[in-house]
Amino acid sequence: MGKKNKIYLLAYALIIFLVPAIWKNNYHLMVLNIAALNIVVVIGLNLLMGFAGQISLGHAAFFGLGAYLSAIFTATFGFPLWPTIILAMVITGMVAYAIGIPTLKLEGHYLVMATLGFNVIIYILMIQLDGVTGGPSGFPGIPRLQVGGFVFDSDRKIYYLLWTISVGTLLLSLNLIHSRVGRAMAALSHNEIAARCAGIDTESYKVKVFVISAVLASLAGSCYAHYITFVSPGTFSFFYSIQVVTMVLIGGIGSLWGSVLGAILLTILPEILHAVKEYNVLIYGIILMVVLIFFPQGLFPVVAGIFRKRKEEARSGMELVPRKGP
Amino acid sequence: MTFGLQLFQFILSGLTTGSTYALIAIGFSLIHNATGIVNFAQGEFVMLGGMFMITFHSLLKLPMLPSFFLTVLSVAAIGLLLEFGPIRRAKSKEILILVMITVGASISIKGLSMILFGKNPMTLPPFSGETPLILFGAAIMPQSIWIFGITVSIVLALNYFLKKTTTGKAMRAVAASRRSAMLTGIPVDRMILLSFTFSGALGAVAGMIITPITTTSYDVGVILGLKGFSAAILGGYGSMPGAVIGGLLLGVFESLGAGLISSEYKDAVAFLILLTILFLKPSGIMGKGRLRRV
Repeated sequence: MGKKNKIYLLAYALIIFLVPAIWKNNYHLMVLNIAALNIVVVIGLNLLMGFAGQISLGHAAFFGLGAYLSAIFTATFGFPLWPTIILAMVITGMVAYAIGIPTLKLEGHYLVMATLGFNVIIYILMIQLDGVTGGPSGFPGIPRLQVGGFVFDSDRKIYYLLWTISVGTLLLSLNLIHSRVGRAMAALSHNEIAARCAGIDTESYKVKVFVISAVLASLAGSCYAHYITFVSPGTFSFFYSIQVVTMVLIGGIGSLWGSVLGAILLTILPEILHAVKEYNVLIYGIILMVVLIFFPQGLFPVVAGIFRKRKEEARSGMELVPRKGP
Repeated sequence: MTFGLQLFQFILSGLTTGSTYALIAIGFSLIHNATGIVNFAQGEFVMLGGMFMITFHSLLKLPMLPSFFLTVLSVAAIGLLLEFGPIRRAKSKEILILVMITVGASISIKGLSMILFGKNPMTLPPFSGETPLILFGAAIMPQSIWIFGITVSIVLALNYFLKKTTTGKAMRAVAASRRSAMLTGIPVDRMILLSFTFSGALGAVAGMIITPITTTSYDVGVILGLKGFSAAILGGYGSMPGAVIGGLLLGVFESLGAGLISSEYKDAVAFLILLTILFLKPSGIMGKGRLRRV
């Protein structure tokens, strides 16, 4: 994945793991922990949007499937923790496969509609199946994450675990997009017909990327459930799906480092906007519009440009694959 | 009440809400045909329609008819501003970016409405009384008659406009091929502006006629937009008769789902049908079937 990315990744991991040593506020750490999980979801979604040229408006549902499956299997049926998380990922992946197979065969944005409908259905099921899910009031008492008897029972302890998963996802995804598979995906997002002519099985790639991105969302969802120990349907509504798509775009579509930036910024932004109380929704909307109007490539190229004066260098350093218009 | 009568009653109430879905779906289609954008702020237009009507009629005590037209004008102006401001100024003309700008607009409008109109649900008095009429043994609210009447007249008027007038034909030309329309000297930008203005007006009407039945609040836009969007897909995205049929069908399915299964699952039923249609006939009921499998 290139020497530069390795150096950046190392520096990034170093900064990340130094943060809790300096920052003592538990609430701030909690916000950062949520950001770590959002990064996992957003990277997965960006693989789909930037490298398969498809959009999902149902990632809240996959995130929610991970969370609820984890909650139900561990708390209700007493399954062991880590195998359950894997099981939830497998089930979510199969569901995504079932949605992806019929819709991804078609040209155009049929996946958007299918995932959107799926999100609404899952949300309603979470509320209505109250015997299993706890209904609108939520599902309490989910066991905490633990490794071999060590329980991650504080925001600080779990910070290291969640960010390890988050950085690990980034590492694997960077590797993926710089591999043969990644180049095939980039070709596919630029021009599907040309990619086919070059012998790339575009259909199977699109389905695979979709499944991978759903599985990542499920992983983040499971971690979320075992971290907060409580899940309720509100977290997994259509609005979260919009939020993660926004994070991808704000960071920059096709740029995985941008996804990190977008996820962190947009997780922290609402917390800052609490200060302006009533105006927070309005300001969130305006910021989103302004960024998209003036920086359609996302904020990452802008930020990268500030840090590094020489533009050419900036371009080679990050794996930005600008997607062409239709 | 016999089962047949019950069914009839469900279908009637389904057609009522379905009519408003149809109006929202037409709004989606107009903008989609002109620009290729899915306008996520469409639902907010509907919410604003209800809110402005309440402001003009219930708060400022203006008579019904002037309030009605003032509301249509105001929301149409907001539609116009959405195109003239954010959409036209956007640096990237990529569909995805433009769609997400409308999402941003939708969030902003919702946030502003929350500040201006408050968080409480509000309602309008029905246009003419609340004594139900009895038709073949089923009860119909007078408001339902208004909804049918207004929807049918709008669909007919819009059909006349698009088929018979020069401006309407120009709009259809833009939908058929933007480039050829431009080459024949049609002011494409103005047609796009017009499509947003019309969508605003349609949303306003949908909001005003449905509010006496369902009540409104600052956050109803998202779900109404989703319903209209689904109706448009159900009928065949971009097709005008498709939008009407899709809207009415969705309304009826939803009402049957609520009546025969459970009212909690009515949205799930609606979207389950949407998914089924997508899997079986992705171009929608009235779609041209010109989807390419890549």
